[in-house]
Amino acid sequence: MANSTASATPDTLKNAVIRLAGYSQDGIQSVGAFLAQLAGSTASEVMTYMTIPATISGGASIFQVHLGSGEVLHPGDQADMLVAFYQDSYDNHLDSLRTGGICIYDSDQVEKVLDERGITHIGVPFTSATIEALGGSAKNRGKNIFVLGMLCAIYELDREKMSAIIAKKFGGKSEGVLRNAMIAFDTGYAWPIQSIQHMPMAPGESKGKKRISADGNTMLALGLIAGGCRYGAAYPITPWTSIMELLRSEFPKYGGSFIQCEDELAAVCMAIGMSYAGHLAVTGSSGPGLALKSEALGYASMAEIPLVVVNVQRGGPSTGLPTSVEQSDLMQAIYGSHGDAPRVVLAPRSVKDCFYTAVRACQIAKEYSTPVIILSDQAIATRIEAFTEPDLDKWWVDYELDQSEKGPEFKPYPLEKMTRHSPPGSPSTEGKYPVVTGLEHDEWGHPSGNPKNHAAMTAKRREKLIKLSHSLPAPSFHGDYEGDLLFVGWGSTYGPVKEATQALRDKGYKIGCMHIHNLHPLRAGLGDIFGRYRHVLVPEMNDSGVYGYGQLATLLRAKLCDPRIQSFNKTEGLGFRVVELVDEAEKILAV
Amino acid sequence: MSSPAPAEKLTKKQLKADKPTWCPGCGDFSVLASFFNIVQKLEIPHEKIVCVSGIGCSSRFPYFVNSHGIHFIHGRALPLATGISLSRPDLHVFVFGGDGDGYSIGGNHLTHAARKNVNLSYVVMDNQVYGLTKNQTSPTTPIGRKSKTDPRGAIDRPINPMAQLVASGATFIARTHTTQIKHMDEMFERAILHPGFAVVETLSECSMFYPGAFDAGNPRKGGRFELVDEQSRNMESTAEAMTLAEETETDFPGKFGVYLECKRPTKNDLERAWIDDERARVGDTSDRDLMRERFDAMR
Repeated sequence: MANSTASATPDTLKNAVIRLAGYSQDGIQSVGAFLAQLAGSTASEVMTYMTIPATISGGASIFQVHLGSGEVLHPGDQADMLVAFYQDSYDNHLDSLRTGGICIYDSDQVEKVLDERGITHIGVPFTSATIEALGGSAKNRGKNIFVLGMLCAIYELDREKMSAIIAKKFGGKSEGVLRNAMIAFDTGYAWPIQSIQHMPMAPGESKGKKRISADGNTMLALGLIAGGCRYGAAYPITPWTSIMELLRSEFPKYGGSFIQCEDELAAVCMAIGMSYAGHLAVTGSSGPGLALKSEALGYASMAEIPLVVVNVQRGGPSTGLPTSVEQSDLMQAIYGSHGDAPRVVLAPRSVKDCFYTAVRACQIAKEYSTPVIILSDQAIATRIEAFTEPDLDKWWVDYELDQSEKGPEFKPYPLEKMTRHSPPGSPSTEGKYPVVTGLEHDEWGHPSGNPKNHAAMTAKRREKLIKLSHSLPAPSFHGDYEGDLLFVGWGSTYGPVKEATQALRDKGYKIGCMHIHNLHPLRAGLGDIFGRYRHVLVPEMNDSGVYGYGQLATLLRAKLCDPRIQSFNKTEGLGFRVVELVDEAEKILAV
Repeated sequence: MSSPAPAEKLTKKQLKADKPTWCPGCGDFSVLASFFNIVQKLEIPHEKIVCVSGIGCSSRFPYFVNSHGIHFIHGRALPLATGISLSRPDLHVFVFGGDGDGYSIGGNHLTHAARKNVNLSYVVMDNQVYGLTKNQTSPTTPIGRKSKTDPRGAIDRPINPMAQLVASGATFIARTHTTQIKHMDEMFERAILHPGFAVVETLSECSMFYPGAFDAGNPRKGGRFELVDEQSRNMESTAEAMTLAEETETDFPGKFGVYLECKRPTKNDLERAWIDDERARVGDTSDRDLMRERFDAMR
């Protein structure tokens, strides 16, 4: 939990949670992005969180920034500061402030109410101050940059670096735009606020490493390129779309292309075509789109085509909550197709991890000739974090198209070996060419309904995943290696779970937390660890279901037959707060 | 596909693979024979041939050709082939399928492959019936024709594939009859040489469930095989192509031959031009350094 009283020195803050509440057209997202970028370039940690309305324009929106000079694991349970642009932003978000927090509001728009929680209210006329500074017609423009300037002054952030970031952002636009932005920033920076002291942020430690800031979708897209992916196809859907937009403009620079298709079915089929042709290709979507891709995914499994499929999960079945977070596509990702169609499912746990997960997905898809699904989610996709730049010497996979000649022994589907396709264009010494097919086939690719052959081929497709399960790295682990309770998490719950683990340990409990990156297949031998705890708790952002367990908990119970595995579910379209996890764990520990 | 690179001339023996599983008398045999003829004639390098198909009797095609082949899911051969063609412009991509696969479940993809002008050749073996699933109504079944799903006779208006292709922006549209091998050879040859999306609609009789469907286009059965008069037409006119397409409905079987043949930049060329432009801008920078530059901009 963010706690501004835990100062690095008596005069500096170790972290601060700032919530900006306004309308999406006010550019509050860009204030958050500016702060995040500054944090990235000044060795601070940062994590942002935003909500956007599922409408074309306008509507209430928030952007929350958690700045820290140490590790920042989650966007913050409660805000230390609320910046309210309108009356409804003020009314709806005052409760998000911690006791003793600070509320800065636009005194042109907001009537403050009496509050008994010791909140410091500071009225600043954002609207009229900006209009005055920029000249008559500014109206709503520039308010965000004014606020940014104000925040920079209050937290004593690096003014010069921030000016440079603003200049870079608006430099490409007309001179007037940049000039206005700088005026708004300077006006905000100089705005006299008497009622509170400045609260300088303690500097972070970069340890000499280069740091960058980005959102999860960006890092996922870049990870795909680093993993050797150059082609792909997709159809737009929130919150996946920004990945395809980025790949559409990035792939050509690397010699490939990304195609926008007429529908989700065409998208996955086109990507399979690209992969069949010898390139590792990507397609992606969000929940409803993954459902439409299911049949072709079954084909990719049967025909053993390497393919990367990204699913940025959103809330609910059907159109559900398009702009909210949930983790309810796990079963669909693992089982969503017809027949026994094994595939690999990986989940990134943070923005930084999106990059590494994408590289690994590319490697696994090629190595095992199988579809690999990356299960990201809306929270990771849209939030911005600052982190150490990935080491490309270690994580770069050179792109290649294998056109080697295939000898007389070549079989497209050998039972004893991993399938390695011979892409079109590869000559065959004997003049025999392979057919890749979704019909059950023998080792040479001929259709075969032979009962023994189907059993053997089904086993072949299954066994390669079992082989993979033995080579997987151990899940990340924190805390005590045995004791009272083990948290088992996946995806974007990583930060709050890790912090809850620490909070409980501080209270004297013996707690461990394990975060599963490889959701399918699970790493072999996982269950040994579970036995060392009195309780195992699986927090997930999905429903507890008819049988009382969430999706990962259901899988773990089925695999490990361990009745101590319990679920903790949340379906509000919001991530876990640390306090919720601590409370639930204490409830269980009290029994 | 423009100017195939010269290669050693293939023999029919080299091109044959599995024995076709089609019923005796099926029109699809002629399509296979004609395909062999033209691939040999044009001397397309063996390893550069890719046969793509969806689901249905005709979609078994890739198994019967000794070439790289991919037998895909129902209705989705075109997007798959688009992926192959766009990412591997060096290949000769052929798509084979039936009326159900191409015009019904895959109807949407037909429109989009045509408007994108993807560089590939698409042969539709239209038999006006679902054969593999044993006699149900297809999207081209004429009104009144009885099937297992329309026991009182089909009541839905059949689609007009030729008109749909014209409207969708296909740049080469031809029509032939499987009893007219020489004509079919000519249509295939021109389709393969056409840069862009080339479709050949072949009337291919299902001897098992809809015998006689195309007798009206077979002179040996008393029908007429009337050719499009290319000399007196503007081959690039979609309006004239549409008029011909409508004749196939009002005066079946209508005319055979090339309905439309026009030049428009292919999706392949447009995408390639973008890539070449970006690569030129990047210059000697390696892919890895390009990514490093990207990271620098994110600091």
